[in-house]
Amino acid sequence: MRTLIGSSALTLALLGATALSALAQDTLKIGYVDPLSGGGASIGQIGMNQLNFIADEINAKGGVNGRKVEIVGYDNQTNPQISLVQVQKAIDEGIQVIVQGNGSSVAVAVSDFVTKYNDRNPGANVVHLNYAAIDPVLTNEKCSYWHFTWDASADIKMEALTNFIKEKEDLKKVYLIAQDYSFGHAVAGAAKRMLTEKRPDVEIVGEEYHPLVKITDFSPYVAKIQASGADTIITGNWGQDLALLIKAAGQAGLDVDWYTFYAGGAGAPTAIKQAGLENRVYQINEGINNQGYGPAEERAGALMQRFSDAPIYYPRMFNMMDMVFKAMVEAGSEDPGDFVPKLEGMKLDSFAAGDEGFMRADDHQFFQPLYISTLGALEEGQKFDEEHTGWGWKMAASVPTESTLLPTKCDMKRP
Amino acid sequence: MLEIIFVSTLNGVLYGMLLFLMASGLTVIFSMMGVLNLAHASFYMLGAFFGFEISRRLGFWPALVLAPVVVGLIGMAVERYGLRRVHRHGHVAELLFTFGLTFVIKEVVEMIWGKLPVDYRVPSGLDFAAFTLFSGNYPAFKLFGLLISVGIFIGLLMAVRHTRVGLIVQAALSHPGMVGMLGHNVDRIFMLVFGVGVGLAAVAGVIAGPILVTQSNMAGLLGPILFVVVVVGGLGSLGGALAASLLIGLVQTFAVAFNVSLADLFGGTAAGAILSVWLADIWRVTVAQIAPILPYLLLVMILIFRPRGLMGTRDT
Repeated sequence: MRTLIGSSALTLALLGATALSALAQDTLKIGYVDPLSGGGASIGQIGMNQLNFIADEINAKGGVNGRKVEIVGYDNQTNPQISLVQVQKAIDEGIQVIVQGNGSSVAVAVSDFVTKYNDRNPGANVVHLNYAAIDPVLTNEKCSYWHFTWDASADIKMEALTNFIKEKEDLKKVYLIAQDYSFGHAVAGAAKRMLTEKRPDVEIVGEEYHPLVKITDFSPYVAKIQASGADTIITGNWGQDLALLIKAAGQAGLDVDWYTFYAGGAGAPTAIKQAGLENRVYQINEGINNQGYGPAEERAGALMQRFSDAPIYYPRMFNMMDMVFKAMVEAGSEDPGDFVPKLEGMKLDSFAAGDEGFMRADDHQFFQPLYISTLGALEEGQKFDEEHTGWGWKMAASVPTESTLLPTKCDMKRP
Repeated sequence: MLEIIFVSTLNGVLYGMLLFLMASGLTVIFSMMGVLNLAHASFYMLGAFFGFEISRRLGFWPALVLAPVVVGLIGMAVERYGLRRVHRHGHVAELLFTFGLTFVIKEVVEMIWGKLPVDYRVPSGLDFAAFTLFSGNYPAFKLFGLLISVGIFIGLLMAVRHTRVGLIVQAALSHPGMVGMLGHNVDRIFMLVFGVGVGLAAVAGVIAGPILVTQSNMAGLLGPILFVVVVVGGLGSLGGALAASLLIGLVQTFAVAFNVSLADLFGGTAAGAILSVWLADIWRVTVAQIAPILPYLLLVMILIFRPRGLMGTRDT
């Protein structure tokens, strides 16, 4: 009897395993290598939610080329070394499409690794889809055929932001605060360069670099900013480094205007509301929820219904996956070797407002309209608030695609 | 300048007192039981989340009392049914147990509240500026946190100095073996001390939650620094824990405030020209940039020059 039970259990287990692996063969697996624990987890989780949502959308329509899409998360703890281990693991599990975004130091490492891996293993064709790392080296000195980026680079964003700022006449003293790694230095450097060029009268009263996702109490930094007499802060901080900074500033009653890249999520809107900084915090990105564009509102509404605590932080993730799926269908294949050429030069009506953007073949940078917005109490006709604060993003200025074009130093090596 | 010194002092003392609330429990548990409770910061996190959950339903004041009590009870249960059993197998097992506990608590918190920060707000009754100084405000809630922690320190000191339990705890700090031999119920004292210790950490969590951020990685952010406090302060000394907490709070806050680098100190001198070549990598790094590693530098220095800590009473 016992042997009977034992052997049938074994058979069942074997059957289950083969059924599972047969199913796994059918799905198109996409590896998501981003922080799912540690200081970066708050935004890594938002990205994962969005990616899962997009996968479910396409699966409901029958998948890509008849295959269901499955997102597999790999926790990299915002650490370049761990990321490489995770990417290798994903490749070993047969994954060819790696989605990664948070941390330019991580992105540079992943892009390097993927490129070398493809060189050494002809036909491996692993592609790195980058939705958030915007250190300009990724599309210049270190550009790669196997790397695509959907977020505007730090230089592009700063160019647009300083064009907006230079019109502000009451702006006198600027304080730069940044995370102490490649991206933070790129942002602060660009801000300094462009401001001195466009507004020589503006004084830069401070330039601060603090460790990445390690500070819990920003009040010492805020005290220093206060003492400097700054009236404006420019920062590329993201995740908890921005939320905690704004929170500390609010508690100290710091009276400045904020120009940011990433005030859209991970507690930042909550902190802005708590600090009472109505229409004082500007962000530049590729779209906000309250743009009154039907298709976007529909998808954003559905996503926020499912993940009510996590707003849309990455509109570009929709652009990215829409384009990748489109390229796969056009190529009739999910192998990056086949669909990557389709991505080059591809045009797309962008997610947020339906304005056209395109993927430049020279450096694999996606160019798209950018929007500068501020957070404040919802007005008539605005549907979406952020993080249940009752405040929503409101358009302050928009930058058409053609004004975002910057030259590239990329010398792309094609296989 | 005066402004930044004053505000930095206040911030440093507040941060130091929050550290002390946590470190006091940790140091007493460590000295008495020889257990380095790696999960101590996790109880601080539990305090913050319970504080958030209770203040959302019943208000902040009940939360300030209830959350530490609940966390204290959980702590006692952990000691009674977990740590005490593991104790038989030696210190390595205990260390591993508390290490595992950090992951369990983190996962549970993530399952219930998620990975995103929760909206834990300063109670409206305390949401105003206590005073305005130069151009900035000092929030009343921070001042309140400061008072609470000072009050707890005094209360703790009184309890240790003037009650019978305090007497035994004090004795157990310096001669843990002897206390057991004298026939005291050491197990029960351990349980009590563990409960009170993690309860204090929870108080710190309830207060720090609205000031800092309440999310599932908050334990990981503060955990390492706690051990620095305990080692620097010295085993078996509440006074040492207080001194070390304040020292680290002030060092970190003040280091951020100043942009002094080697180039500023020695630049322009003959020696400076040579140094700048040899120390090119750190020549222009400011004190502000290395502020977060200063406590660890202090830890290394103390371990080299005074292994028993600032006010430690015994070496092991």
